[in-house]
Amino acid sequence: MTRYRVFVAVALVAGLLLAYFVWSTQADPTSRYRFKLGLDLAGGTELVYKADMSETPTGERSDALSALQGVIERRVNLFGVAEPIVQTEQASALSGITEDRLIVDLPGVTDIKAAVAALGETPTLEFKLAVTTKTGLPAQAGTTTQLGYVSTGLTGRYLASASLQFGSGATAGLAAPQVLLNFDSDGAKLFEKITSEHVGETLAIFLDGVPISTPTIQEAIPGGQATITGNFTATEARDLVRNLNFGALPVPITLQNSSAVGPTLGAAAISAGVVAGVVGFVIVALFMIAWYRLPGVISALALAEYLAFMLAVIKVIPVTLTASGIAGLIISVGMAVDANVLIFERTKEELRGGKTPREAVHIGFSRAWPAIRDGHLTMIISGIILFWLGTSIVQGFALVFVLGVLVSFISAVSLSRVFLLAIVPEEGQGAWKFLLGSGFRSPVN
Amino acid sequence: MYVIHHRTLFFWLTGLLLAAAIGAILVWGLPLGIDFTGGSLMQVRYDGERPALADIEKQISVVHEGVVSVRTVGTQEISIRARTMTPAEHEGILAAISVDAPSGSASSPQVTELAYTSVGPALGSQFTNKALWAIGAVMLVIVLYIAFAFRKVSKPVPSWGYGLTVVAMLAIDIIVPAGFYAAYAHVTGAEVDSLFIVALLALLGYCVNDVIVIFDRIREHLNKNEKEGIRESFEDTIGKSINETMTRSINTALTVALALIVLIFLGAPATRNFALVMLVGVVAGTFSSICRSAPLLIPLANWFAKK
Repeated sequence: MTRYRVFVAVALVAGLLLAYFVWSTQADPTSRYRFKLGLDLAGGTELVYKADMSETPTGERSDALSALQGVIERRVNLFGVAEPIVQTEQASALSGITEDRLIVDLPGVTDIKAAVAALGETPTLEFKLAVTTKTGLPAQAGTTTQLGYVSTGLTGRYLASASLQFGSGATAGLAAPQVLLNFDSDGAKLFEKITSEHVGETLAIFLDGVPISTPTIQEAIPGGQATITGNFTATEARDLVRNLNFGALPVPITLQNSSAVGPTLGAAAISAGVVAGVVGFVIVALFMIAWYRLPGVISALALAEYLAFMLAVIKVIPVTLTASGIAGLIISVGMAVDANVLIFERTKEELRGGKTPREAVHIGFSRAWPAIRDGHLTMIISGIILFWLGTSIVQGFALVFVLGVLVSFISAVSLSRVFLLAIVPEEGQGAWKFLLGSGFRSPVN
Repeated sequence: MYVIHHRTLFFWLTGLLLAAAIGAILVWGLPLGIDFTGGSLMQVRYDGERPALADIEKQISVVHEGVVSVRTVGTQEISIRARTMTPAEHEGILAAISVDAPSGSASSPQVTELAYTSVGPALGSQFTNKALWAIGAVMLVIVLYIAFAFRKVSKPVPSWGYGLTVVAMLAIDIIVPAGFYAAYAHVTGAEVDSLFIVALLALLGYCVNDVIVIFDRIREHLNKNEKEGIRESFEDTIGKSINETMTRSINTALTVALALIVLIFLGAPATRNFALVMLVGVVAGTFSSICRSAPLLIPLANWFAKK
């Protein structure tokens, strides 16, 4: 019995610590363990794009997708959003359609039009000439002022490929990374024409409207090959090659879905959810105590521990909470209650059968176990399938549901059982029989 | 033994309930929301007085012809449903309803867009596919798992018979709340959204558990009878098992129902329909576990006895 009491003391302290962790990290706005709220609760915009891979060779698709993700991430950052999420998704083979998708979550953004405009459609690569003007007197002919850039008509459409090479660099014997551009035949002609007409000028390379490299034309370049030498690090050069390749091999994207939730709706949903959660918990706990007396009190305690643990797990993983996730949480709480009900009903039956209270608790648990096991396992398996096959809203439900059922599985067999064993005496008299009974009848009749 | 003795009555009741539910689905249909069909949905709140619905419709029809419906929600809000809109069309509607209504029922309305969702048609049908796949796969796995968990009890019903019975029950447990929702949607104009699917999935989980508890008791009695050489009719075993688990079934349903009722009255509007479907499903599911699932084993046992 001492053993059980020590366990209970440890469990109670751990529960309090977890509850404190959940509460304090939520009170601190800078904590990294605050609840991550989905866009439906926190407000924000979600955009789902379809990437058209029909012209991309199969082997390069995942590269193309990750380059696309990189481009969109850059654009999102330019848009100025806190904690944006850009993720790619490849539709599962089971649904029969192979489709590459790009999902952009913009928390706090409600202006869909501006967001869509900022993200644009396809990453673009352009070659532009710097427009300069010679200022004033012949004596100062050398000084020029840069005014801006004009399009040359040469774009990523004409680029056949870009590759990384290491040339003899200026830096103390080290090979400097260079980016080699290969144009297709039309591009080669255009490039030769531009370079021959504008020797000495700057031909800037723009990716998504931002100049990423501004080489100067040294001489006319025939043959459709160009080298960009800059002060690249190897990593920068490699990124540039990737961007050029995938700016050049456009993966067109089209907007498929968009949704925005205003901040007021989200805030209302959260506060209503919290109120419903607290009131629901109190009512369920009161019902359990009224019906099951002492075990009811214990199950209320075990449920409180269960909730503290679940919330802590949700925070630490972290699981993004959505309306469907909260639904999953509520159902899993229902399952946790059910495990307790099963055990108590069984205990009561054993008491009626003339067992001592302690025996009754022991047998009640072991008899209830197969039902709890089979019920929980089928639910866990179902939840895993839902997560595997489901769309994001179903996955939000399934993830919390599986976690909740797992935790309930563990807490039902450890917490409630040990709590009861820690206080129920070996030989119970009338009062104990009353406390372990239930409903309106005395357990002995 | 009440349930067992009157099982024919309960089978008839089930049949009636099922017929009513299927009838409701066939007559009124389940109005699929934009998650399934594709389309756009705007939720807008008027900060001041809301203009008359007809005026709002007139304002919108000028700028966009693909609007399916405009509904009032509460006293201050409206929802606009349309075929999939481009961002520009969306802006156009928002601008159109922000100016004075033609009949001047409200001046310079201040509108706030609460939520906007737009789903492409392709993704919509894909969602339906995935949801159906998921429900089918879950049911299959349940049959397999139960056949495995009950492998030691194969008389008078083979272990996969329990699995099949559970799945037959689950089909009914899902059709009944779906039928309720068809009637509910017919009255209130609610639509089938992805949370409705989530509710059905959650109900699957709940009802499986509910039936398993009763079946577990039957399994326990069968094992015990065999070990101790007790002869007992299958009907008696089932009747005893149902009676012994009845309190538990009702109490668990009651606690879950309490939590759901709180969610309906105090929870977010977004989860209200979800909670309502769940509530109907939990009540119907509990009734079905007690009165139908285990009694269904009896005709099944008779059938196997004849073979």
